[in-house]
Amino acid sequence: MQAVFTRPKTLKDTPTHFCPGCTHGIAHRIVAEVIDELGIREKTIGIPGVGCCVFLYKYLDIDVLEAPHGRAPACATGMKRVLPDRIIFAYQGDGDMAAIGTSEVIHAANRGENITVIYINNSVYGMTGGQMAPTTLLGQQTTTTPYGRNFRSEGYPIRMAEMLATLEGVAYSARVALHKPKYVMQAKKAVEKAFMMQINEMGFSVVEMLSTCNTNWRVSPTEAIDKLENEMIPYFPLGVFKERTGKDFL
Amino acid sequence: MAHIVIDTNRCKGCYFCVKYCPKQIITISKQYNAIGYFPAELSPDKKDLCTGCKTCALMCPDTAIEVYK
Repeated sequence: MQAVFTRPKTLKDTPTHFCPGCTHGIAHRIVAEVIDELGIREKTIGIPGVGCCVFLYKYLDIDVLEAPHGRAPACATGMKRVLPDRIIFAYQGDGDMAAIGTSEVIHAANRGENITVIYINNSVYGMTGGQMAPTTLLGQQTTTTPYGRNFRSEGYPIRMAEMLATLEGVAYSARVALHKPKYVMQAKKAVEKAFMMQINEMGFSVVEMLSTCNTNWRVSPTEAIDKLENEMIPYFPLGVFKERTGKDFL
Repeated sequence: MAHIVIDTNRCKGCYFCVKYCPKQIITISKQYNAIGYFPAELSPDKKDLCTGCKTCALMCPDTAIEVYK
C-alpha cells in the first residue's frame, strides 16, 4: 500500500478561505505540485495581486511579496532584475490583471521580462463582492450590471491570453480551464511549461486559467462547472496561443 | 486494495468528487463537520469498487483527499 496522491509539500497544511467549490484551490495545488516537481521551492518567489489570491503567503510554503492592486508584474520585474537567479511568478485575478493592472502586465510582457504570470479568470470581481470585471461575459448579471452586461455601455469581454500573445516579448501564452479532470491535467502541464520558459530564460510567460466563482455567479458549485463549460469556453477558447521554441529572438 | 482517505474536517462539501468519481462511490455525509459543512464520504457498501484513479483528488479544491493503492 503506497500513497499515490498526497498534499504537495509546497502547499501548507492550512484550510483555505475559498468558498466551497471554488476552483482557485485547484490552481494553488497545481502551482505547488509544479514547484515540487521542478525542485525550485527554495528559490521561488510568488507575487500575488489583490483579490482572492491575496492569501498566497498563507497557503504556499515559499517566499511571497505582496503587491499593490494590479502591480504584481511591476514588482516581479524589479524582483527578477535584483535577483535574476530566482524563479519569480506573479499570481493575479482578472480584476487585478485585466482591469487595474492592464498597463503593468502589457509593458512587462512587451519588455519580455523573464517572469511567469498565473492569471485566474473567473469573469467577475470575486473578493470585493461580485462587481463587473473586464472579462464579464455579455449578458452576465453582476452587482454593477444588474440587467446583464451590455456591449453598448460596458463594452466587450477582454481576451488577455490572445492579446498578450501578439506582443514580441512573450514566450508562452496559453489558456486552460480548471473545471474537469482532463483540463486540470492540461493546466498543470501549461504551468510547468511556463516555469520552464522562465528557467530557460526565454522571456515572459503567461497562463490564463478559467475558474469558477459560484458565489458571485449565484449558482451551486456543480452548476458553475456547467456554466463555465457552456458559456465561458465558447468566448474564451482554450489553447496555446504562443510558444517560443528557441532563443532566435535575441 | 485501492482506497481514498477524506479529511472530513477540511471538506467543504462542494460535490466535485461526487460528480467526477467514475465509479459513483462517493456520497455526502448526513453528519456535518467541525466547520459546518456536510462532507463527502466513501459509501461503506461500495468502497471495494475504488480503483485509485485519483480523479476525486485531482478535482478536490481543498486537497482533502489522499489516494492509496
